[in-house]
Amino acid sequence: MTTIYEARKVVTMNPSRPLATHVAVRDGRILGAGSLDELAGWGAYNLDRTFADKVLMPGLVEGHSHVAEGVQWRFVYCGYFDRTDPDGTTWPGLRSIEEVLARLSAANAGLSDPKRPLTGWALDPIYFDNRRITREDLDRVTTTRPIGIMHASGHIMNVNTRALELAGLLRAGINHPGIPLGSDGLPTGEMKGPEAMTPLGPHVGLDRSLLASDEPGLRAFARLCVRKGVTTAADLANLLPRPAVEMMLRVCGEGNFPARIVSLRIARDISPAELIDRVVELRKSSSDRLRLGIVKVIVDGSIQGFSARLKPPGYYNGAPNGLWYVAPEQLREIFERALAAGIQVHSHTNGDQATELVLDTLELALRKSPSPDHRFTLQHCQLANAAQFRRMRSLGMCVNLFPNHHFYWGDQHYALTVGPERAERMNACATALASGVPMAIHSDAPVTPLGPLFTAWCAVNRVTASGRVLGMQERISVADALRTITLGAAYTLGLDGEVGSIECGKHADFAVLEDDPTEIGGERLKDVRIWGTVQDGRIFAAATI
Amino acid sequence: MTVSIPVSLIGGYLGAGKTTLVNSLLRHAGGRRLAVLVNEFGALPIDADLIAARDDNLISISGGCICCSFGSDLVAALIDIRTRGQPIDHLLIETSGVALPGSIVQSIALLPGLAIDGVIVLADAETVEERADDRYMGDTVRGQLAGADIVVLNKVDLVSPERVAAISRWLAEIAPGARIVPAEKADIPAEIVLGGQPEPRSMAPRLQPSRHRTSGYETLNLELDSPVDAEKLGRILADPRLGLLRTKGFLRGSDGAFVTLHVVGQRSQVEPAPSWIEGPGRLICIGFAAEMDRAAIEALRPKASL
Repeated sequence: MTTIYEARKVVTMNPSRPLATHVAVRDGRILGAGSLDELAGWGAYNLDRTFADKVLMPGLVEGHSHVAEGVQWRFVYCGYFDRTDPDGTTWPGLRSIEEVLARLSAANAGLSDPKRPLTGWALDPIYFDNRRITREDLDRVTTTRPIGIMHASGHIMNVNTRALELAGLLRAGINHPGIPLGSDGLPTGEMKGPEAMTPLGPHVGLDRSLLASDEPGLRAFARLCVRKGVTTAADLANLLPRPAVEMMLRVCGEGNFPARIVSLRIARDISPAELIDRVVELRKSSSDRLRLGIVKVIVDGSIQGFSARLKPPGYYNGAPNGLWYVAPEQLREIFERALAAGIQVHSHTNGDQATELVLDTLELALRKSPSPDHRFTLQHCQLANAAQFRRMRSLGMCVNLFPNHHFYWGDQHYALTVGPERAERMNACATALASGVPMAIHSDAPVTPLGPLFTAWCAVNRVTASGRVLGMQERISVADALRTITLGAAYTLGLDGEVGSIECGKHADFAVLEDDPTEIGGERLKDVRIWGTVQDGRIFAAATI
Repeated sequence: MTVSIPVSLIGGYLGAGKTTLVNSLLRHAGGRRLAVLVNEFGALPIDADLIAARDDNLISISGGCICCSFGSDLVAALIDIRTRGQPIDHLLIETSGVALPGSIVQSIALLPGLAIDGVIVLADAETVEERADDRYMGDTVRGQLAGADIVVLNKVDLVSPERVAAISRWLAEIAPGARIVPAEKADIPAEIVLGGQPEPRSMAPRLQPSRHRTSGYETLNLELDSPVDAEKLGRILADPRLGLLRTKGFLRGSDGAFVTLHVVGQRSQVEPAPSWIEGPGRLICIGFAAEMDRAAIEALRPKASL
């Protein structure tokens, strides 16, 4: 049966028919976008006026997130900015340490089991005049129950005295760069870096499953997608053990599951040969709403953690260069085997030296296995320079840049990590487009909030949290940004033939909007109200999800 | 106080011989129950004939040893392997080819029940200098070597003796705190990594040299009857002028209770000893026969006594 949806406006991303008033759908696929008269030619139809006063866009595509965003919301949200949870509750941002402690105390009062840890996330003391939080602060919430709060960056955790006791770390004589000591010679409760955080994790409810998800987490993530207009989302780093794949196939296959998940197998634990064999096998087990068969490789660390690999002259504050998480020989073997098997690889690089290594390595691998449409993608790639974008173009690479990072941490990059000049050219969306590199932009949720329209706003305005416009020349137009969060991201996932535009033959995936993103103006793009989504012809209203 | 498990890191760049050394240590464990943690993009690289059983990501090895791999989360794997409840005499961590041992040493120092014993970094004599100048990996390779207590200069059979001498001089500059041990096929006495096993009812004379199966090494057994300042003795034994690579043993500390002394290169560590230790204090010292200052070592006995 054909349904024709009437809309205030249909923004199609199809250049030969960019705008329409109606879109016809049959069996979850788009028959066409146009006028009612044109679409009536497809035969008998129901006219659905649910969206008569809404704007339809192609369902938004998040090219780099983690379904673990759905898990984070089991913990107490301690962030500085307002953030909406999967159930639609907006948690007001906390503007002082006192406000953080008050929210933690309220959560503490609601816990009956006295041993259960109290876990928080998204703390960012940078906004509290950088006053460090101590275990004494958190002890005001409770001294009997362990508390652990992960910072927004994911690189620092604050704990209370009880948590340190349980981990055996409330002792003098600790000599570790990630564990500052108070005047009493004992840890202050701030644990910096993975080595310092991991021993605390099991005691505060933040163990290694930080990037793992489970069934309720996956469902919560998908509800969040509906609220943000997202119909396809990449889950960028999953070990994908068989039981998890079975669970994901079952949950994603349920009739009311509202999103298409593209889950990448992270290169870890197994050799390159086993990895590619496994991913070939995973690709075969894909379903329509769970797409498998892409590899993720982590090449370096993060810029604000000073673990990204930078080319000379390195960090602005003189910090030593960062860490490699893969050796060139291993990277090359993964690339060569993946190209030979027709498997796509997404490489996490933050520093420009890590990006250069990927470019060099892919160039060599392509000589061995020429592959005309490999779409190997650089993820984050925040510090890439113009020459590197030109090489990406020559090598046929895609890039997925991180404008949200620019908003949340651009001020720190300007002042501390890479300095003013490179901070202005970071996440160089305009250069990428001008160089002809296929581009996506992303949130890396839960690192920053899921929401492609917010990400688009970040790329259009390049405003930082302090209000500074950082890198005027790298701002992109609203039209480019909207294309990037639909077709652009779909291309990097190999799905641009199926989703990313509203045109004949594609999946009936729409973002249903109350406001028109093409009219509202770039500075208000993040304020576009989202009614919900249509995914494969199924309607999901945010209000009732 | 509980007895800490000694932990040895086996580091070095890809292809330097880490896996070969680990397999050799498993072959020559001499009754020690070793646990091996491997962080590599690979299947568990244990020689097939050593494997008694395998279960997903844990390999049981004849003689009571176990081996498992870990991804990015070493600390979690360390917590895991200890909660399995299997007795472990010595833990070996084979790091990834790009890991810096220094940061792993710091992590392990945070974990109760584990004590860093020594950092062994392998270097491929054929390629190490080139690697150390690589524009991507150079600082990582140099950082690995600089963090070593012992650098095993491997594959010396593949280069000329002059090259070995030149590389050794170069290594002494970038890893000034490390002892340098040349090797072929990563074959070094297991005791250099694991320490000797001082017998509880040793009838050994006070200073007893014994030739090792690998030529050039010498082992000295040193018996100390009276309580000693073990920390001070450790610092003395770590002095490069004595020419020792490795010392391990049980001593009566100043309070009369037994302690374990580990010395690997310039690193020395004193830990509470297992409760079954009795008899006289005793140390096993290993070094190159040509470099060992036997007289100075023997002279330690009265000097170390309180």
